[in-house]
Amino acid sequence: MFTIGLLIVLPLVVALILLLTKGDTLRNAIVKVAASVLAVASIYLLAGNIGMEVPKKYNLDFEMINYLIILAELFLTAIICWQGVKYKKFGVVALAVAQFVFTVYIEFFLHKIHIENNLVLDNLSIIMALLIGIIGSLICVFALGYMKNYHHHKNVKDRSNYFFFILFVFLSAMFGLIFSNNLIWILFFWEITTFCSFLLIGYTRTSEAKQNAFRALFMNLIGGFAFIIAIYILHNMGIAELDKLLAINPMLIALPIALISIAGITKSAQIPFSSWLLGAMVAPTPVSALLHSSTMVKAGVYILIRLSPIMEGTLVGSVVSLLGAITFFIASCIAVSQQNVKKILAYSTIANLGLIVTCAGVGTYQAVWTAIFLTIFHAVAKSLLFLCVGTIEHGIDSLDVEDMDGLVMKMPKVAAFLLVGIAGMFIAPFGMLISKWAALETLISVNPILAIIVAFGSAVTLFFWTKWMGKIIMIIHPVELNEEFVSKDEWFTLGTLSVLTVIVCITFPWISSGMVDPYTQHIYQHTFNMDRGNILIMLGMLALIMLLPLRLLFQGKEIRHVSAYLCGSNITENSEIYQASQSFHGAAGTVKELGLNNYYLQEYFGEDKYAKVGTIIGVLLIIILLGVTFIR
Amino acid sequence: MNYLWIALSFIILAPIEGGLLTGIDRILSARFQGRVGPPLLQPFYDVFKLLQKENTIVTRSQNFYILGFLIFIIITGVLFFCGVDILLVIFVLTLASIFLVLGGYSTHSPYSYIGSERELILMMSYEPMVLLTAIGIYMATGSFSLADIISSGTPVIAYIPGVFIGFVYIILIKFRKSPFDLSMSHHAHQEVVRGIATEFNGRALAMIEISHWYENIFLLGVVYLFFAFNPILGLFMTLVVYFLSIVVDNVSARFKWQLVFKSSWLVAVIFGIINIVVLYVLKMGWK
Repeated sequence: MFTIGLLIVLPLVVALILLLTKGDTLRNAIVKVAASVLAVASIYLLAGNIGMEVPKKYNLDFEMINYLIILAELFLTAIICWQGVKYKKFGVVALAVAQFVFTVYIEFFLHKIHIENNLVLDNLSIIMALLIGIIGSLICVFALGYMKNYHHHKNVKDRSNYFFFILFVFLSAMFGLIFSNNLIWILFFWEITTFCSFLLIGYTRTSEAKQNAFRALFMNLIGGFAFIIAIYILHNMGIAELDKLLAINPMLIALPIALISIAGITKSAQIPFSSWLLGAMVAPTPVSALLHSSTMVKAGVYILIRLSPIMEGTLVGSVVSLLGAITFFIASCIAVSQQNVKKILAYSTIANLGLIVTCAGVGTYQAVWTAIFLTIFHAVAKSLLFLCVGTIEHGIDSLDVEDMDGLVMKMPKVAAFLLVGIAGMFIAPFGMLISKWAALETLISVNPILAIIVAFGSAVTLFFWTKWMGKIIMIIHPVELNEEFVSKDEWFTLGTLSVLTVIVCITFPWISSGMVDPYTQHIYQHTFNMDRGNILIMLGMLALIMLLPLRLLFQGKEIRHVSAYLCGSNITENSEIYQASQSFHGAAGTVKELGLNNYYLQEYFGEDKYAKVGTIIGVLLIIILLGVTFIR
Repeated sequence: MNYLWIALSFIILAPIEGGLLTGIDRILSARFQGRVGPPLLQPFYDVFKLLQKENTIVTRSQNFYILGFLIFIIITGVLFFCGVDILLVIFVLTLASIFLVLGGYSTHSPYSYIGSERELILMMSYEPMVLLTAIGIYMATGSFSLADIISSGTPVIAYIPGVFIGFVYIILIKFRKSPFDLSMSHHAHQEVVRGIATEFNGRALAMIEISHWYENIFLLGVVYLFFAFNPILGLFMTLVVYFLSIVVDNVSARFKWQLVFKSSWLVAVIFGIINIVVLYVLKMGWK
């Protein structure tokens, strides 16, 4: 209980201190200490409860807390209204006010429901706590070095104290969200994460940033509004707690489940709400890393995974999983046509979240197992990728894949980390593929149509990841090394996350038996285990992939370097003979520079077309989702 | 112990069979074109000659990727014939292909580069149908384990003839046969020269060739799966499919990548998806 309290309260206190801290040195110290404490506390939480079979519940019933929450919500609503009126975003204002009115109505005017347990600790919340506590904290540490470089590169007013303040409030809210059992509390923390991401996206205060921040706010408020209506309906049925909700016959509460799913869908940026996450890329990269990996979008899938057991075999569940699968396909396709790496990463996040949503909608024990693993692997690899990309941006002043030719020569260490991250996202023995494999097997046995959609989507994923990898690993001479500007904090975070990416792959059987299995066991009295032989094969391959690069050290002596074939008209002036020539003789004595560009297949995977189709399908599915709740 | 024997015999026998099939291919192709053709063992002579050549490279890392390609292709085949999970086999195959593509990229040569890009488009074209094949086989036999699939004795082909047609379509891509030989083919097309393999010679090129033999034997193994209930029919059908690929190779002109991409997805949709959905509906009906 103390640890839980610490995880929720400490970041909040630290946030307030950081808001008042102006000096860099002091801030560095505070952030590092706080981050270490959070990481250690979340590990301690695991250590103390490993293999826990029955969730621990905490009453914590103080009227005070409820009043504080109402007060805080009033404050949030007021700020949103003020900002909304100032920038003439009346939709936002309306949603915020409506939500506040509902909250007050439920708290004060509906008959009071006695809350048995406000907080709950089970294996799923431990897993989430680890993700937030370790990855979230690492990102905060990275942000220390990054923000200094950032303000050096960009003409943005330095409000670092405010920036770190919001980061830590965000972490606090995430911890609150995953430990809460009282639905009102969950929604409260839910709204704080929405609000924090609104502030973070708008950090640069450019008109584009403001625009995108409001879009994110608007879409997530729609989700929040759906959530409060669900809570209202449930309250009328006498349910105010998450665990009580999960114990009820899903046929009776189809509408609330659908509404909470919609909230989860908005937060995890599924169609038709995907655009807010893309807009979020205007924020400094640590923000993207945070939103995409351990917080925000993970809050969305978290709530869906929670609901998953009662969605099994229901119409609501089917629609949710269909929506997830279609999101996976569409987002993967759009990623092919993207040149901006942040956009590629954003679409890949949306796609992978789609896969998680698909599994959550299916709701069998195997599907839940898969969804949790997808969440873990994705959080680690995606945070690494975003942070690498942020570092690279400062090195080459670009986010364009086409500018990353030969990155492995210019920024070898960052490129190596980046490659680990990319491999972690889609290559065989690495994490995401392990879970994609489990996902395919689950979906095939439940509904092959979902599996087919995923099959097409994953074929496309292969294309955009590999062509990006190809750009990075090109060997181009001559080389200008450029990565000294990267600070120690940044190296530390990148290194740790790379190691984590590999470690979660190696240790996944133990993660499974220590945390995920007990969770599914408790709910389903069943657990999913991957075949031991297959796990051994995967681990063997992982070892092989790690060892293969040694081959580079032991190459035969008798090799002769030549230039690449350029139709026999290479220009190799002033270079050592083996340095690949970068230009050649064209027709009529001209000199042509060598330039290589990727395919983007706009004709087949154009963003506009797919985004439009995605929105239409998404809206239809949301309507259907609400519609099926009336079918008895 | 048993697995070790399977692995060893695959590692030793597959390149011999693959080389012989290539030899037959070259003789048959020559006959189609009114030539006599090389001796049956010519592919082996070629590879031995490559192995003795001087080792010239554009960049040190390029051969490393080819080694990865060879190793993972061999692992693919070994896993397949050891009877593990069919999806795992597919993923390892994909990993191997990625190594080849990365090898092409690493040289920073325009011809290798275009070859790699095209290879990726080919991969994107055939991958859905490969996964649909796994899905279809699961629907027919109720198992992902290749060992169970074989021992079940299910006449897989009777359940998923559409999937089989789709698979034969994309196997032509994997065989690097015309009309799908866009990324690297034995006949150097002028706009891609030799595609991915442009910058590889000597040992590395020999490794690419040997990997191709391993890959072909594995692919024919998948064809066999459809007919595994009757081994003789199965072997016969692998030969039929191989012969078919030679005929198609000789009678067709190369497609543009657009056509390859569109047609393979279309085939996957028409033959693969419809077959699977029909099977699914029938199975639901039986329940």
